[in-house]
Amino acid sequence: MRAIAEGIWTNESEPRLIGGLDPETGRVVFPCPPGGDYQPHTLSRTGTLWSYTIQRFRPKSPPYAGPEAFQPWAVGYVELPGEVIVESRIVDVAFEDIAIGMPLELTLVPLDPDAPEPVLIHAFKPLGQTTGAAA
Amino acid sequence: MSGDVCIVGIGIHPFGRTDGVSGLDQGVFAVRAALADAGVAWEELQFAYGGSDAAGNPDTMVERLGLTGMQFINVRNGCAAGGSALFSAQMAIKSGEFELGLAVGFDKHPRGAFNALPSEYNLPDWYGDAGYMVTTQFFANKITRYMHLHGISRRTLGLVAEKAFRNAVHAPHAWRREPVALEEILDGAMVSDPYSKYMFCSPAEGGVALILASEKKARELGKPLIRLKAAAMRTRPPKSFEVFAPSVEIGGGTATATQIASAAAFEMAGIGPKDIAIAQLQDTEAGAEIMHMAENGFCKDGDQEAWLAEGRTEIGGALPVNTDGGCLACGEPIGASGLRQVYENVVQLRGAGGGRQVPGEPRTAYTHVYGAPGVSAVTILER
Repeated sequence: MRAIAEGIWTNESEPRLIGGLDPETGRVVFPCPPGGDYQPHTLSRTGTLWSYTIQRFRPKSPPYAGPEAFQPWAVGYVELPGEVIVESRIVDVAFEDIAIGMPLELTLVPLDPDAPEPVLIHAFKPLGQTTGAAA
Repeated sequence: MSGDVCIVGIGIHPFGRTDGVSGLDQGVFAVRAALADAGVAWEELQFAYGGSDAAGNPDTMVERLGLTGMQFINVRNGCAAGGSALFSAQMAIKSGEFELGLAVGFDKHPRGAFNALPSEYNLPDWYGDAGYMVTTQFFANKITRYMHLHGISRRTLGLVAEKAFRNAVHAPHAWRREPVALEEILDGAMVSDPYSKYMFCSPAEGGVALILASEKKARELGKPLIRLKAAAMRTRPPKSFEVFAPSVEIGGGTATATQIASAAAFEMAGIGPKDIAIAQLQDTEAGAEIMHMAENGFCKDGDQEAWLAEGRTEIGGALPVNTDGGCLACGEPIGASGLRQVYENVVQLRGAGGGRQVPGEPRTAYTHVYGAPGVSAVTILER
């Protein structure tokens, strides 16, 4: 499976998100903006949940490229300590068990698992949890 | 110019859905109503600023209203379009260049959530592909964090929506004018947790026009002097958490465009939050009204829980908020929405609010809009 776009995460067995570091201010953003103002900066694989919601309706297409058949999904912000807070899908946890402050780690999931050639997006799951263990 | 810029005429096309009438024609309808209200002819207007996001170029309305050759400038500034048109119009008078002109805003959006594209917001395409270009996600994430930090209950969000529909019963220009019980609001279909469908406003249609005059001109027209004491529009500061944000700075969410627009407006007007008698605050969702109460300086973070429980933002309360039902009951035609708030405040300051009139002859009124990608506009009116 291929990434939804190049340059979002590193090509390693345990990938890391690639942010952008402003060398003048030390400010870190995600993703790394194009152009020369920011230096690519790999981010921590683990963090804590900063906020979240459940997407209960299918986003409009365009631009959404997910499956036509819609199942609600969790989306939130994950604080990577000392770096930046990144927006991400939250997976492998029941909606009612999601809580601000819970420890999380990076994973990659298919945008549409049933597509002939699914693309991968970044997501965070409970720290230490095996992928696919919860709905 | 000496004296204040005054609002001498107001007009509105009802918000909601009007099949068969274009957004521009809803704007024209509002302009004609405002001209009649002011008692001036189209030919007398020296300039216009018009805002629309999705319903065409405002200046094409000269075809309908008269080819007088007047200066007409279009404003497209996201959710601050109406506020920006008003800001520009008052500057045109303050500068001394003109003494009588128009700020108009209208829009007509398709049903359902706005479907913004990443390229319009300087974001990569994958961000939209993955399903993140959804404004409701941001609003829900922002209130979830806020509720966690400041002890706001979901019931309080329901109370905001309940008040909106109850106030709108008495606002002829509102869209949703039937009261909805608190339990139905709380138990409604979920859109983006913690918000049910009753806690979000919908994109809609409508038009609003305001005739502005120098104080000298307003006196000549013999109109009651509704003074525009402040109009400020600001963009986002560092540490803000805004719509369509793939990332937020550590410690983010503590500063907002609203805070700096509000502070600037209060400084211009020379008064503070405690001096305001009525406030129209951006309530694209129930939690926005809650957070904006604090961001605009009317209460401390967390105090909203008690304010709502005690009814302090009701029509008869200490600070009535969204007296016509706000965006929750009127819907949000982007170009017109901010001007609707000013329209409602003029109605209230004139004492013409009927069943929704704030008692005690209010003399000061405040408006606030907020929108993507982190813009805010504030006005303060005085009678």
